[in-house]
Amino acid sequence: MSHTEKKIANADQIRSLEEMFDAKIARDGKIEPKDWMPEKYRKTHIRQISQHAHSEIVGMLPEANWISRAPSLRRKVALLAKVQDEAGHGLYLYSACETLGISREELYEQLHSGKAKYSSIFNYPTLTWADMGAIGWLVDGAAIINQVPLCSTSFGPYARAMVRVCKEESFHQRQGYEIMMTLCNGTQEQKDMAQDALNRWWWPALMMLGPTDEQSTHTEQSMIWKLKRKTNDELRQQFIDQTVPQADIIGLNIPDSELKYNNETGHYDFGEIDWEEFWQVVKGHGMCNKERISARKKAWDNGEWVRDAAVAYAEKQAESQEAKQAV
Amino acid sequence: MTNENLIHYIHGIADNSMILGQRISELCGHGPTLETDIALTNIALDLLGQTRSYYQYVAELSPKDITEDDVAFLRKEREYKNVLLVEQPNTDFAYVIVRQYFFDVFHYLLLKELEKSKNVNFQAIAKKSLKEVSYHKRFSGDWLKRLGDGTDESKQKTQQAVNDLWVFTDELFHMTKDDQVVADAGFGVDNSTLKSEYYTMVKSLLKECKLQIPEVKYFQKGGKKGIHSEHMGYILSDMQFMQRTYPDMKW
Repeated sequence: MSHTEKKIANADQIRSLEEMFDAKIARDGKIEPKDWMPEKYRKTHIRQISQHAHSEIVGMLPEANWISRAPSLRRKVALLAKVQDEAGHGLYLYSACETLGISREELYEQLHSGKAKYSSIFNYPTLTWADMGAIGWLVDGAAIINQVPLCSTSFGPYARAMVRVCKEESFHQRQGYEIMMTLCNGTQEQKDMAQDALNRWWWPALMMLGPTDEQSTHTEQSMIWKLKRKTNDELRQQFIDQTVPQADIIGLNIPDSELKYNNETGHYDFGEIDWEEFWQVVKGHGMCNKERISARKKAWDNGEWVRDAAVAYAEKQAESQEAKQAV
Repeated sequence: MTNENLIHYIHGIADNSMILGQRISELCGHGPTLETDIALTNIALDLLGQTRSYYQYVAELSPKDITEDDVAFLRKEREYKNVLLVEQPNTDFAYVIVRQYFFDVFHYLLLKELEKSKNVNFQAIAKKSLKEVSYHKRFSGDWLKRLGDGTDESKQKTQQAVNDLWVFTDELFHMTKDDQVVADAGFGVDNSTLKSEYYTMVKSLLKECKLQIPEVKYFQKGGKKGIHSEHMGYILSDMQFMQRTYPDMKW
């Protein structure tokens, strides 16, 4: 076979693999790490899953900021457990990502260098205890809307991780709402604290669902791979429709003067999102971008000697085991 | 034995769990690996869970109408009876592990005895806690081995932590008057009886880790009597912030 013929045969083979791959996804089959996959699929999944993992571990920081000051033992324990769940989510997601042929160290390096992104919402500061309620209610609420469709995404390890993550997030969301409800049933000062938190977190939570469909890239391919099942604008509308009645129940006002139920569409109309602020934070100029990354880097750098010690110790143990066996 | 003796005795045990739980939870999100972060948070959760059981019991015994949160958040510094060891800062991971191991061995021996208490509440709390603390001791002991017998750098850092924290170990075995009354009644434990087994266990692991056992003539003490280190005020100002700033509210 000539060189050209070989090339053609090879291309044919890839085409046929691709057809099989696409057909498998179309009939809701799962792609597993050892299965053949197009390079673009692998790269896109590494990007999305790692971004998700990074969001979990950077997302620990704004809430961890209140663990030492939680107002009761019950709340302290619940908050610690919640932040620990996020570490757990990070762990499953990094592991899912590692099955695609990239190491955790490389993924951390991408986070620390700014090459990889994480959810911008975590670049906002947590200023009062009510922020723990608002984050659970709104941020975890928006995350669930983003993530539930991923439970049936095409990449097996990601889909399975998402099933567990969503269960826990849904618990966190109820916990956050319960914090808000308690504040709203409390003193005027507590109600004000809850309202202030809603005022600060509402718009960033809407931005979490991503840029408008007009501005969003990658959507079509992501739909085929089931990385995305609804558009950003559809998800955002779903979040608003779900959350507004919840705010009403506890007597909080959504900080949007244009928010109004539309009888014709059956949805809430809402005001203009400040996309300039969104891009400012995405591009690294939010209130806490620098702190968040430097906290992660510091933990990683300060932990280097610890990780080295663990490796050195394991090697010594293995050597002495071998020596024993040799005898 | 009065309820007051008993309450003071419980503070002596529970405040250790409270303050160490508080200290470890400061690390949440900042661990050297995700796995150790999760494990240390588990330990903090266990300690705070134990604290709640003890403080709920204090609230029951108290003549005043109080809750676990009043006990946790509304005492003055002098009223906290934790040992100095647990309030020492998270200087680096070696300090965290050495502090933990020094405390865990004591805690384990204490709970083994407390399980035999004539008091059913103590029996129940000790039984549940003992399972948790056996794990804590294994976790901190395993890390101590890795750090002590890992690299030169880890050995040096760990030896430093051992040297600095050793002076706080003796206080673990001090007995206050209340402790003695409660121990004599068969409810509490005479900590001084745990001392020799404690040092046998700790020294044996330090040797296994190839770490030097410090020679110390003068130990630090005070926490058990409410005389704390300078660190304690900052721990409490964080911990009590909400309760002090917004008094008499439900959260």
